[in-house]
Amino acid sequence: MSTEQAITTYREGARITDVDSLVVEGLSVYYETEDGTVKAVDDVSFTLKQGERFALVGESGSGKTTLAMALMRLTRPPGHIARGSVTLNNRDLTTLTEDEMRQARLSELALVPQGAMNSLNPVMRIERQLTDGIVDHLADDESITKKELSQTARDLLTRVGLRPEVARLYPHELSGGMKQRVAMAIGISLRPSLIIADEPTSALDVVVQRQIMQTLGRLQEGLDASIMLVGHDMGLVAQFADTIGVMYAGKLVEVGPVEDVFGDPKHPYTKLLIQSLPSLQEKKDFVGIPGLPPLLIHLPQGCAFEDRCPSRFGKCTGAVPEKLSVGARRDVACFLYEGEGAS
Amino acid sequence: MSAFIELEHVTKTFGSSGLFGGGSVTIAVDDVSLTIDEDEPAITTVAGESGSGKTTLTRLLLGSHVPTDGRMLYRGKDFTKLTRRERRAFQREVQPIFQDPFESYNPFYKVDHVLDAPIKNFKLAGSVAEKKRMIEDALEMVGLVPEETLGRFPHQLSGGQRQRIMVARALLLKPRVILADEPVSMVDASLRATILDSIRRLNRDLGISVVYITHDLTTAYQISDNILVMYRGTIVEAGTVDAVIQSPQHPYTQLLIESIPQPDPKNRWGSEPPQQNWEITDTEITGCKFADRCPAVMDRCHTVRPAQYLIGEHQLATCLLYEDKGEMTNPDITSTFQTEKQAITAAASN
Ligand SMILES: Nc1ncnc2c1ncn2[C@@H]1O[C@H](COP(=O)(O)OP(=O)(O)OP(=O)(O)O)[C@@H](O)[C@H]1O
Ligand SMILES: Nc1ncnc2c1ncn2[C@@H]1O[C@H](COP(=O)(O)OP(=O)(O)OP(=O)(O)O)[C@@H](O)[C@H]1O
Ligand SMILES: [Mg+2]
Ligand SMILES: [Mg+2]
Repeated sequence: MSTEQAITTYREGARITDVDSLVVEGLSVYYETEDGTVKAVDDVSFTLKQGERFALVGESGSGKTTLAMALMRLTRPPGHIARGSVTLNNRDLTTLTEDEMRQARLSELALVPQGAMNSLNPVMRIERQLTDGIVDHLADDESITKKELSQTARDLLTRVGLRPEVARLYPHELSGGMKQRVAMAIGISLRPSLIIADEPTSALDVVVQRQIMQTLGRLQEGLDASIMLVGHDMGLVAQFADTIGVMYAGKLVEVGPVEDVFGDPKHPYTKLLIQSLPSLQEKKDFVGIPGLPPLLIHLPQGCAFEDRCPSRFGKCTGAVPEKLSVGARRDVACFLYEGEGAS
Repeated sequence: MSAFIELEHVTKTFGSSGLFGGGSVTIAVDDVSLTIDEDEPAITTVAGESGSGKTTLTRLLLGSHVPTDGRMLYRGKDFTKLTRRERRAFQREVQPIFQDPFESYNPFYKVDHVLDAPIKNFKLAGSVAEKKRMIEDALEMVGLVPEETLGRFPHQLSGGQRQRIMVARALLLKPRVILADEPVSMVDASLRATILDSIRRLNRDLGISVVYITHDLTTAYQISDNILVMYRGTIVEAGTVDAVIQSPQHPYTQLLIESIPQPDPKNRWGSEPPQQNWEITDTEITGCKFADRCPAVMDRCHTVRPAQYLIGEHQLATCLLYEDKGEMTNPDITSTFQTEKQAITAAASN
């Protein structure tokens, strides 16, 4: 691994280095239910470089939140990590003790959860919510004065574009966009090297969305952190991310630089997803991809997208397609590309 | 025209007021007049800034918020004077889809309950088999597999799955009006299209009026007839989607439409847009509420409150730039609206 060697990206001003930040290998997360095992995340592998912005998209229910929670090791029973490893800055998180993991959360990797606006404590002032994590992570011999904490809270608020006085307020006194910014301030409070944001702006208007994403981008660059953005808004992903990963029925079916994936999607699901994006220029037939995703309890023998796929052929029902490399940092799991490039 | 729900100069404020109040007052909805018509069932989008009063407007239409000022009418009758029977009819005919799928569920009930309960309550099914079929049909319309959905607790479903059950519930009841507050914010583009297409079919085939609150202006453009844009409680622009989206006139609408993230990574955002100044409270603003962020601001904007000016037959803007166009005589913003069907009839008679 060569340190600090920049890798190519299309985003202006990006500082992505060749250092691996997060390496996920063969990760599977299952929910055990009365009816059987729900394979919500199945054999997922990907790598994030330091400074990289990775967006995870995919059908509702395809396992994105499950994956994000597993990276944080916040999977709750009946969910469990069945297999695989999650390596952050060369440390395998799956082998840490509960105590070590608690220390790692917030200080090394932070989550801005789905519906974060509602995750704030309604009866606690913003200041306390911003600084609880800091107090929690103090070493035994460290101490911090009330005044210092108060100053830290104010700094954090300013960094996410809020007035420092917001520290004195309760969540119900803030608008949705303001609460979302607070959740983000909590996320960066301990300068993590990986920020996971699960649909951070789906409840906000496009002007505020843009402000928040640009704020998040600025913070991330300031921390030299990498970011994993989970979201449905392909417009936002196109604007924000360097790399995109597409999930379908618990599997990562395509990964690549955003420009390449939007310009030339490979997996038939990705193609249909991009085609189904409505436009502001013309009104046309507005239909989604016909059919439903398979039951995660009864996954088919072959490719999970086979029954909805316009390009399916004989092989697709027989086996699950493996990940193939189809270009620089470009992977796709589809039999159509067998024999193309090195695998 | 026959008015189903009307708002007449409705204002809704929150917070303490008066001498001893202390705190500041939020004018969540500021002097709004509009009509939901039964004979011309339209899909109307409500767009606007987070915190601009969209949800409050829906709650006023639902009768769950009482106007601070002005009146809400149901079939021409003051909502506060309805008999119990009329109120029950209203509850059946007007169905909300609430914004937050995380709050709409009771965590101790299986999700089946949210679908079962209204069928029982309004006696919609004659038999158990019919009930089952109704529920399954509604789930399939929103892309959910019944056997994978029923029998589960809310926490066992993903965000988008929970949101879709709320949509299924409204579809199942086949009301006269659906008030959908961000019904698809947590689902992917393809499913959004599928769900919105079912909503549009209900509008066309069954004549159900739909109020679609959303931040997603691209889908709004695709499925709705009309749109109104809110900013700090005021309707700053309204009209047909074709007029408003293709040629926005109010500077806020222009900022909003410029900020729509385009799914094109080669064409990325420029610099950050200016932020709202939350320091000025609603009651302190004497002029236009957008003046502090407006790129086209004039001196007068800080002191003169703009009226609704008619830009064309199907578009209005609440902005002093258009003062010379003349004030609208009818305060009802829906007087600028037109459904696709009306547009076709109008074109044919010309
Ligand atoms: N506690 C649970 N028990 C059983 N199944 C679960 C549980 N939690 C989630 N699931 C299932 O796992 C699958 C993945 O859920 P997840 O929340 O990860 O999806 P997602 O991709 O984040 O979807 P969305 O975009 O709708 O938020 C879904 O089919 C969901 O129903
Ligand atoms: N019950 C309440 N008590 C006090 N203030 C309220 C209440 N409900 C709404 N508000 C305030 O009224 C304003 C309008 O809120 P509303 O929820 O209608 O906005 P919205 O347009 O739906 O926003 P979003 O897009 O974030 O959902 C906000 O400033 C909000 O803080
Ligand atoms: Mg999710
Ligand atoms: Mg709202």
